[in-house]
Amino acid sequence: MDHYLNIFLRSMFVENLALAFFLGMCTFLAVSKNVRTAVGLGIAVVLIMAITIPANNLLYQHLLKKGALSWASSDLAEVDLTFLGLISYIGVIAAMVQILEMALDRFFPPLYNALGIFLPLITVNCAILGGSLFMVERDYNFAESCVFGVGSGVGWALAIAALAGIREKLKYSDVPAGLRGLGITFITVGLMALAFMSFGGI
Amino acid sequence: MADAKPKEVLLNPLMNNNPIALQVLGICSALAVTTKLETSVAMCIAVILVLICSNAAVSLIRQQIPSSIRIIVQMTIIASLVIVVDQCLQAFAFDASKQMSVFVGLIITNCIVMGRAEAFAMKNGPALSMLDGLGNALGYSLILLLVGFLRELFGSGKLWGVTVLPTTGDGGWYVPNGMMLLPPSAFFIIGLAIWALRTWKPEQVEDF
Repeated sequence: MDHYLNIFLRSMFVENLALAFFLGMCTFLAVSKNVRTAVGLGIAVVLIMAITIPANNLLYQHLLKKGALSWASSDLAEVDLTFLGLISYIGVIAAMVQILEMALDRFFPPLYNALGIFLPLITVNCAILGGSLFMVERDYNFAESCVFGVGSGVGWALAIAALAGIREKLKYSDVPAGLRGLGITFITVGLMALAFMSFGGI
Repeated sequence: MADAKPKEVLLNPLMNNNPIALQVLGICSALAVTTKLETSVAMCIAVILVLICSNAAVSLIRQQIPSSIRIIVQMTIIASLVIVVDQCLQAFAFDASKQMSVFVGLIITNCIVMGRAEAFAMKNGPALSMLDGLGNALGYSLILLLVGFLRELFGSGKLWGVTVLPTTGDGGWYVPNGMMLLPPSAFFIIGLAIWALRTWKPEQVEDF
């Protein structure tokens, strides 16, 4: 149990995808102008990550990994399909986003309307693909990858909600002209990343 | 953009319409691989290749792609190109590819590739699209190299692995700035670079 809790907290704080690995930065900077949309996007990311990372884990462990095909026939025991990884993960992510979009539209229309355009955009959010790639690199098993998926999704959502809160306040401050908008956002994120680094000791 | 001039297409993204500083595209990888000049250069070359090829490929088949599935088609083209680049890097520059870990794969979701395919290559011919790809990739590389240069020089007193400023640890005089090796410094450098760029070209300043 400790082990899973450890992965969860690590992926959420110490190895926060947004602030320690800079993943999903494009959406992170573009969609953090107000707290409501940021939280909506955060929820969508948590959902997608919690589904795709375990799904990609199954794909990797049972189809792509070296020797993973040995269950099919002994001839295939030596086959190494890891080079197909990237294209399969992105395929899974695109498909999952599409399915989730249809499911939400059918069963939870309010949430679907709240997420709007952000749902399809998640396909090209690097945090999702990055999560899958880290999962492969660290060779997590199925249970670990579930925990990792939820943890890193929550961490990303926390970071974007916090940044949106800061940016709402920033609207009222007197920023030098050249620094307005993107410039000051970068510096804010830098300071946030510094603050998150203090979790490193846990 | 239908009758854009080749020269403008190539040079605009360098300063006037820089992908990182103005379009907010492709920031993720820009920050993560820039602790050393060497990895930044490897990343730049990879992005230049992928961006030119993907823009050309998307532009060639742009009449055939049904608009409802264009994202998937673009994704597939980009993903195949990135796999080729990734395999080449692992074969010829293994150390660099180890250091960049997952970030080579993340070129797929680097919004710069997707964004240019969607915004430019879908509407223009192959030759212009390739130029646009090159221009944007160069604009991206410019920022990447600047950040990589500053971070390696001040973080470890080296350039390309060669000692420039002898550090106190090795008996020299330069006290390395450890923060430059940590993630947040990249944010500060890019933020300041944007500030400098916008002071120079005030028309880029945005209002809230």
